[in-house]
Amino acid sequence: MKTENPRAWFLVLPVILLVAFNALIPLMTVVNYSVQETFGNNVFFWQGVDWFEQILHSERFHAALGRQFLFTGIILAIEIPLGVAIALAMPRKGIWVPVCLILMALPLLIPWNVVGAMWNIFTLPDIGLMGYGLNNWLGIEYDMTQSPLAAWVTIVVMDVWHWTSLVVLLAYAGLVSIPDAYYQAAEIDGASKWSVFRFIQLPKMKQVLTIAVLLRFMDSFMIYTEPFVLTGGGPGNSTTLLSIDLVKVALGQFDLGPAAAMSLIYFAITLLVSWIFYTIMTKESKE
Amino acid sequence: MRLRSIAPLLYILFLMLPIYWLISMSFKTTNEILSGFSFFPQVWTLENYAVIFTDPTWYWGYINSTLYVAINTVISLMVALPAAYAFSRYRFMGDKHLFFWLLTNRMAPPAVFALPFFQLYSAVGLFDTHIAVALAHCLFNIPLAVWILEGFMSSVPKELDETAYVDGYSFKRFFVQIFMPNIKAGIGVAAFFCFMFSWVELLLAKTLTAVDAKPIAATMTKTASSAGYELGLLAAAGVLTIIPGAIVIYFVRNNIAKGFAMGRV
Repeated sequence: MKTENPRAWFLVLPVILLVAFNALIPLMTVVNYSVQETFGNNVFFWQGVDWFEQILHSERFHAALGRQFLFTGIILAIEIPLGVAIALAMPRKGIWVPVCLILMALPLLIPWNVVGAMWNIFTLPDIGLMGYGLNNWLGIEYDMTQSPLAAWVTIVVMDVWHWTSLVVLLAYAGLVSIPDAYYQAAEIDGASKWSVFRFIQLPKMKQVLTIAVLLRFMDSFMIYTEPFVLTGGGPGNSTTLLSIDLVKVALGQFDLGPAAAMSLIYFAITLLVSWIFYTIMTKESKE
Repeated sequence: MRLRSIAPLLYILFLMLPIYWLISMSFKTTNEILSGFSFFPQVWTLENYAVIFTDPTWYWGYINSTLYVAINTVISLMVALPAAYAFSRYRFMGDKHLFFWLLTNRMAPPAVFALPFFQLYSAVGLFDTHIAVALAHCLFNIPLAVWILEGFMSSVPKELDETAYVDGYSFKRFFVQIFMPNIKAGIGVAAFFCFMFSWVELLLAKTLTAVDAKPIAATMTKTASSAGYELGLLAAAGVLTIIPGAIVIYFVRNNIAKGFAMGRV
């Protein structure tokens, strides 16, 4: 289908230059830090792979990584099915469609620290709507600054609130692209609702859903601002996700070497998992 | 039909609750907020908004954010359009690897890059300018724009290009006069996403600015910590950050679902 054309490189060149400037130079700086030790004043000593070994064996890193995977797993398990279910239930035509889409897309366009601040205000036990409601109307004791469980529930609910709409939008786009003829054919064949979903809607949504999973994986794995503003990683270390821990090491303790090594390991893990998703995705689209 | 529409309705209600709370908070006086729980503001006040619209450190935050988001969207689209065309029409050496490499830049945690970015942009003398933030945000916006546009372009039949070249159009004229109008929806969707990710990002924007180009989101964090706990003011500033997003969604509302559907689906 596509023609061979080496000159196409000129069309991609501006993108490469711009992205390389932003990606390669900082990445090299990080690599540089990761193999050295510094005591300030810009004096550096060669350290080799010591930092990497230290990080890979550190319990603190394992704990943060574990929390990160747990968080990403939970939100994917909630947001993807929920998003698909809502997209299926949405009207296909009529004046309610744009209204639904606008209202649903709203959380996506709120700056991330405002999201954190907003949920902070929302969950304050004495004056927040959710905090007050849970404590006084439903009689559930709730204070996310005290209980790790409450803090976890809060950041998960916040992420579901923030990002499920992206899955809804993508899944909905997949659904509206199905021609009416498919449904009519299914009706003539007497197909059940389940088989319409299984054999018509799901295959059509597969592509967009892989994009949704990929985007949600990457973004939730890198999440920083919202939980940082909301819980600050607490109580204790219970919601210290990987990036929060990283910033603590890098800017809080100013341990550039370990922080850089940690960054690279972090990046490598994200890359590996995303690569697996990407390969599966492109393989299936070829079939 | 009735039952079906309950799920989206409940979902939207769930989405609106925290937003309602923010808006309601922004109209309350500090006294009322601290004195206890009330579902509606007892005394409506516009004081919080008045503070923001009269204090330059506040309203300049909005102007700064809007400026770098606009610059970023323009740059991202301008370089992503030809690149996406190359990916959708031609095969060339290393094209698949290049595409994946572009995507990997979306996977780099901004927390990783914050410090090196600061050093890089200080070194080239762009620290605390709008262009610095706009360029930095290209890191994740260009790959996304290329990705979205490539999908849209691939759904345009190749015959269109060939006919135009036979008719004697140059590449530039064809691209601007014929091709771009054909993928209008795609450009709209890509612009929407560039706007969105640049508007909501804070970590890099905060790292790369100090005074002159400081984004509104960063102004909010400073004020919240220095002036104690001015929840009303914080809420009003938050409400105002939602408005530009709402306006942008309103403009692309018809394209967003249709747009995705024409693209990569």
